[in-house]
Amino acid sequence: MNNKKENVLEINDLSVSTSGSKILKGLNLSIRKGETHAIMGPNGSGKSTLAKTIAGHTDYEINNGTIKFLGNDLVSIPIEERSNLGLFLGFQYPIEIPGLSNTAFLKAAINAQRKYNDLKDIPANEFLLELKSKADQLGLDQSFLSRGVNEGFSGGEKKRNEILQMLMLNPKLSILDETDSGLDIDSMKIVADGVNSTRNEETSTIVITHYERLLNYLEPDYVHVINDGRIIKTGDSTLANELEEKGYEWLTKKK
Amino acid sequence: MEKQKNKEINEFLQKGYEYGFETDIESETLPPGINEDVIKIISAKKEEPEFLLNWRLKAFAHWKTLKSPEWSQLNIDPIDYQSISYFSKPKQDDGPKSLDEVDPKLLETYEKLGIPLHERAKLAGVAVDAVFDSVSVVTTFKDKLAEAGVIFCSFSEAVQDHPELIKKYLGKVVPYRDNYFAALNAAVFSDGTFVYIPKGVRCPMELSTYFRINEAKTGQFERTLIVADEDSYVSYLEGCTAPMRDENQLHAAVVELIALNDAEIKYSTVQNWYPGDEKGKGGIYNFVTKRGDCRGENSKISWTQIETGSAITWKYPSCILRGDNSSGEFHSIALTNNLQQADTGTKMIHLGKNTKSKIISKGISAKSSQNTYRGLVSMSKGASQSRNYTQCDSLLIGNKSGAHTFPSINVNNTSSTLEHEATTSKISDDQLFYCQQRGIDEEDAIGLIVSGFCKEVLNELPMEFAVEARALLQVNLEGAIG
Repeated sequence: MNNKKENVLEINDLSVSTSGSKILKGLNLSIRKGETHAIMGPNGSGKSTLAKTIAGHTDYEINNGTIKFLGNDLVSIPIEERSNLGLFLGFQYPIEIPGLSNTAFLKAAINAQRKYNDLKDIPANEFLLELKSKADQLGLDQSFLSRGVNEGFSGGEKKRNEILQMLMLNPKLSILDETDSGLDIDSMKIVADGVNSTRNEETSTIVITHYERLLNYLEPDYVHVINDGRIIKTGDSTLANELEEKGYEWLTKKK
Repeated sequence: MEKQKNKEINEFLQKGYEYGFETDIESETLPPGINEDVIKIISAKKEEPEFLLNWRLKAFAHWKTLKSPEWSQLNIDPIDYQSISYFSKPKQDDGPKSLDEVDPKLLETYEKLGIPLHERAKLAGVAVDAVFDSVSVVTTFKDKLAEAGVIFCSFSEAVQDHPELIKKYLGKVVPYRDNYFAALNAAVFSDGTFVYIPKGVRCPMELSTYFRINEAKTGQFERTLIVADEDSYVSYLEGCTAPMRDENQLHAAVVELIALNDAEIKYSTVQNWYPGDEKGKGGIYNFVTKRGDCRGENSKISWTQIETGSAITWKYPSCILRGDNSSGEFHSIALTNNLQQADTGTKMIHLGKNTKSKIISKGISAKSSQNTYRGLVSMSKGASQSRNYTQCDSLLIGNKSGAHTFPSINVNNTSSTLEHEATTSKISDDQLFYCQQRGIDEEDAIGLIVSGFCKEVLNELPMEFAVEARALLQVNLEGAIG
């Protein structure tokens, strides 16, 4: 591990509640440039809450602690600005926007990001060429681009659409919330290849998953186990294999 | 947090009306009040033939016997018809003329509104008739249209130059006896637009009328008459704006369309009259009667309307499907906000055999506004094998607005088919969060979601105006590509 690399994400003693119940209870996590981290853990342990809190979902209230993203204190930054700073959340359940074409939606997203960075709107040709090549990479048909955002998509299409958006937006940190759930093996391979194609020294990824399989493709630098709102174990990618064999009980009991 | 979100949505919805300025121009305005003398003065000013004056007077006599209709749920402050001025025009010599002679202040007004009257300007493919208060101030591209045999002029000019056509078609689709506001309009209408497309001609450009109310305490009562002769085609668009004022102003127009055998008329409206302030003060009363007569076989009339303005919108652009195999369409977006009220929809009257109609209505209601779809589909005994498809969708923003749907269906034969679909939905917090997570701020997100909701209707607009309509609905991108 390269200790000289700067932190992309730095979470300190984070406590979060939603609808009155405490979900995260003093969670700490640091992610450096170029790293891929996996977060695993039993249902209800706080994985999705962590993802949505980082993204700024207003259902989640921060009771204590700090989240720093590229040195910015995220708590006071609006949702869209977090995105424009380079934070991407791949949704566990992508949302449908009927009638709004995928292409129009993506172009609006890209231009919002460009506007934030004082750039002019992306030229239509450049945008379309890039979109086509990224869609091809993910095995998505052209017709897919003119359909309404996630409207009537299959589970696999929705997840691939999330990855398409990620590829187009070039985030600095991607949080993929159970992007592998509901995918068949072929789709998972395509999604994993898509994620791997973005990996470089500048980008970081958090993968939230229940399954070892995706991690076999992605080979994360770290694997964390969350239980009851805290990270209770951190290891390298071999930890995922161990969890696949033994489940979580040996960890949660020990605690 | 829910509160915060609502606050943001509210701020977005409270954006100002951009067209609320007033033009300081000398005008000639009749004193308020309505009586036979006023009607005679209007008619005399326009040097009208006797048949027209008589028609006006009969309409006025009939109007006096009527009461303002009360069957809608609309909440309308009583209108004092004696306090309205029925005629106002910018002080310049009579009649539309070449651009060089038009008062520069007027040209400036239309520039500000984004309606270039210079023929070299960017909407070069569109001919415009500009109606300012009670009169048409200029009509562009007349020569080019004349080459194709198309008549496109102000109503007043048509009365002078083509009285036989006016006499033949005026009041034949919307007679003055039709309703209260149609009778009032027939009595006092001051100007408007006349279009005639001769046999076999496909109108070489989009035609458009831009209505502007400027003078205070006046009403605007214009008539539009479009006749598409056999096997002809025309696409026509009207746009509307008015200054911001505290009092309500009445706009009671009548539009009549006639399509003969194999003719097609496409009529689009982008209505953006001043809607009043957030407390419901001021704004235009838009009480309009619009009807198309598919008189000929295989004729087609389609209405597309984007209704975003007016304090109250009350109109039902309709089609009488008289000719066998004729078809009528109605595509509507009605967006209400603050205390706006819209009661709009259509009537599809199937008389001929094998006639078709399609109704797509999209209502968006925000804040405390009320948005009603009211429609009638009627299949007469003779309208065998006829078909109707109706789709009514409502989108609610916030939790104080109302959406209402009143469809009526009358079927008097056994071979016709009708389909009716209706949905009501809300912009969800999840949709907003999803857009925001992709970097799109809430304001643009709402615009995108609304544009998606309205897509089928926006796609019906002529290209040149789709942009304007999308901007009106706070949309940047939808349809620009893909």
